[in-house]
Amino acid sequence: MKKILLAISLLSTVSGAFAAGRETINVVGSSTVYPFSTVVAERFGKSTNFKTPKIESTGTGGGMKLFCAGVGIDTPDMSNASRRMKKSEFEKCQKNGVTGITEVLVGYDGIVIANSKDSKQMTVTRKELFLALAKDVPAKDGSETLVANPYKTWNEINPSLPATKIEVLGPPPTSGTRDAFAELVLEGGCKKFAWIKAIKKQDKSKYKSICHGVREDHVYIEAGENDNLIVQKLSANPNAFGVFGFSFLDQNSDKLQGSKVDGVEPTFEGIADGRYPVSRPLYFYVKNAHVGKVPGMLEFLKEFTSEEAMGEEGYLTDKGLIPLGEEKLEAVRKSVLSLTALEL
Amino acid sequence: MTNQTGPQMNKKNPITDIVAASLGKRHRKELRFKLLGRLAVALGFLLVLVLIADITFKALPAFHQHWVKLEISYQQDWLSIEGSNRELLDGANYRKALKRSLYQMFPQVKARKDKRKLFKIISSNAEFTIKDYLLASPNYLGQKTAVWVRFDDDVDTYLKDVETPGEANARVDQKSAQWVKALADKELIEKRFNVSFFTNGDSREPELAGVKGALTGTILTMLVTLALSFPLGVAAALYLEEFAPRNRWTDIIEVNINNLAAVPSIIFGLLGLAVIINMFGLPRSAPLVGGIVLTLMTLPTIIIASRASIKAVPPSIREAAMGIGASKMQTTFSHVLPMAMPGIMTGTIIGLAQALGETAPLLMIGMVAFIVDVPTSISDASTVLPVQIFLWADSPERAFLAKTSAAILVLLGFLLVMNTTAALLRKKFEK
Repeated sequence: MKKILLAISLLSTVSGAFAAGRETINVVGSSTVYPFSTVVAERFGKSTNFKTPKIESTGTGGGMKLFCAGVGIDTPDMSNASRRMKKSEFEKCQKNGVTGITEVLVGYDGIVIANSKDSKQMTVTRKELFLALAKDVPAKDGSETLVANPYKTWNEINPSLPATKIEVLGPPPTSGTRDAFAELVLEGGCKKFAWIKAIKKQDKSKYKSICHGVREDHVYIEAGENDNLIVQKLSANPNAFGVFGFSFLDQNSDKLQGSKVDGVEPTFEGIADGRYPVSRPLYFYVKNAHVGKVPGMLEFLKEFTSEEAMGEEGYLTDKGLIPLGEEKLEAVRKSVLSLTALEL
Repeated sequence: MTNQTGPQMNKKNPITDIVAASLGKRHRKELRFKLLGRLAVALGFLLVLVLIADITFKALPAFHQHWVKLEISYQQDWLSIEGSNRELLDGANYRKALKRSLYQMFPQVKARKDKRKLFKIISSNAEFTIKDYLLASPNYLGQKTAVWVRFDDDVDTYLKDVETPGEANARVDQKSAQWVKALADKELIEKRFNVSFFTNGDSREPELAGVKGALTGTILTMLVTLALSFPLGVAAALYLEEFAPRNRWTDIIEVNINNLAAVPSIIFGLLGLAVIINMFGLPRSAPLVGGIVLTLMTLPTIIIASRASIKAVPPSIREAAMGIGASKMQTTFSHVLPMAMPGIMTGTIIGLAQALGETAPLLMIGMVAFIVDVPTSISDASTVLPVQIFLWADSPERAFLAKTSAAILVLLGFLLVMNTTAALLRKKFEK
């Protein structure tokens, strides 16, 4: 019984002590930005006298929810995002009193379609990928109607593609990578059909459901959020393809090869200069009200946007980040250090 | 048997006849069951053995690490400082000094791109290693001295994979391989036991990552869980078994406790987020909150096991105690509880072992996070071992594969220590 009393009194003192202030920067958000923020956080912790920031990987949406919950030490200071903040999220932030938000563009991330090195490298277009993976596709006879996806092998779509079963392992709908894949690859291919593009003007939600719908007949296999798992499955099954972030291809270049999309191979340079079509910007958002309240925020932002970190040859590029380029970096740095509030 | 009993007996006792006739069949049945049982045990044992052997084999590379001896010049202009007081040394540019010193060892490397590549073969943490070295002995300022630093994880993995360096592989190209070979030829490379795996917190650089943070977090969380769930669980069980009246209310409570034991753990995480963090305002990611959430999860297990073992104490003990004038309270605490203790301990250990492997409820309360600093109290941000395993398994760097397996071994070791302690304590109580 004494123990319980002890625990209760301990509990109350701890919560009381905590309410006084916080010394660690709290970051939440995207699992795609996580590998980059953690590296900066670690270096920041080692090279300064501030505590190492705590980074949680909650996913972009989950991070925004926590971030926009309000201002105060029990809410996170920054939120990572593998897409731009949505208008609805911005409004929720405003409503909860989170008014000054600084947007930081970190760099780019490429999404690759890769297979085992034991089989041949594939060259596809986004249109072909749309035909292979969308739930409903235009009928083969060329009429402007949609049919349930009939394609079973790659060469049914284009005779020059391999005569193997279409089998693609990719992230589930909760993943930011999946959102980006649907937007950049599927919609990118979908738009090539003029009559579908025309729908966009009349019925936006119908257009979205056509272009973002992924087939559910076990051709696209949801392999969970763990990209390492996809990598392992690909080396075991040479006929399968996988969808994941560029850094995983970069780290496993001895086992895997990226498919050329629209004729461009997914390489560091190809993504950096924008030739590779499937790349997305990565962001993080800062709560201006916390700067000065939580120690080290400004210093952390300085470290993150420094040439050594985000620059062309910074340590983040070693981790697979595709850098912004000099001009953009300069602009980002300027807006960050002056804490320019975001407007949407 | 029939021969021994004789024909006359046989006629009088047809039942023995029936028994004798089916005896062989029943014995065979028993034999078959025994064999099947042995097979099941052997199969289970084999699978565990294969699993542990596989993990151990994969984990082996994580326990060693390659270091390289570099000639470091602590020149003041390279460190970009004038003067030598502590503050200046703290903020000096060690990266530059490290780079220049490294380039000096390889004067043939001229191109900018190659220099960059050369710098990449050593750990990105090396600048902090040489900083610590100088801060420990400041009289090396302006001097040249040999300092051991870690290799980058790619080179480290490469050295573990190949017999003699020199050939390129997927992550180390021809040039880097040649540089490593040159270092090896000069006998500047040493393979050491990876101490930092046990003394460091988490890191994004595989060569630096360690389990100390997660292990400390696990210990703190388990202590909170034990301190809360053991007294609460045993008190609840004692009350329900010994003091509470049998009526509809206690029936309802009993049914609910049994149901709680089957609730998926993530639900407790949601509860923890809604009540403990949002309502009571306790810090996110703290072992304290983790411990409370895991307590909710282990309580039903402990209560059920404790009740069963209290029920198993023979009534004669209670009656004897009462008979010589002990009060109900004295009977319960001096006679029933000690006798039930071994069973209660078993229940507690099962509950704690369950909690030890849990990640789902911790996800909700922010313990799935990148935390470098080793926690020192139950209100510091921390993670636990299973979360660390999950985070490493999800990292792109190849060297984390071995780290993941090594962390699993540490978790299994922790479990073993916990169970052994419980077994020893139980033995003491049984005496």
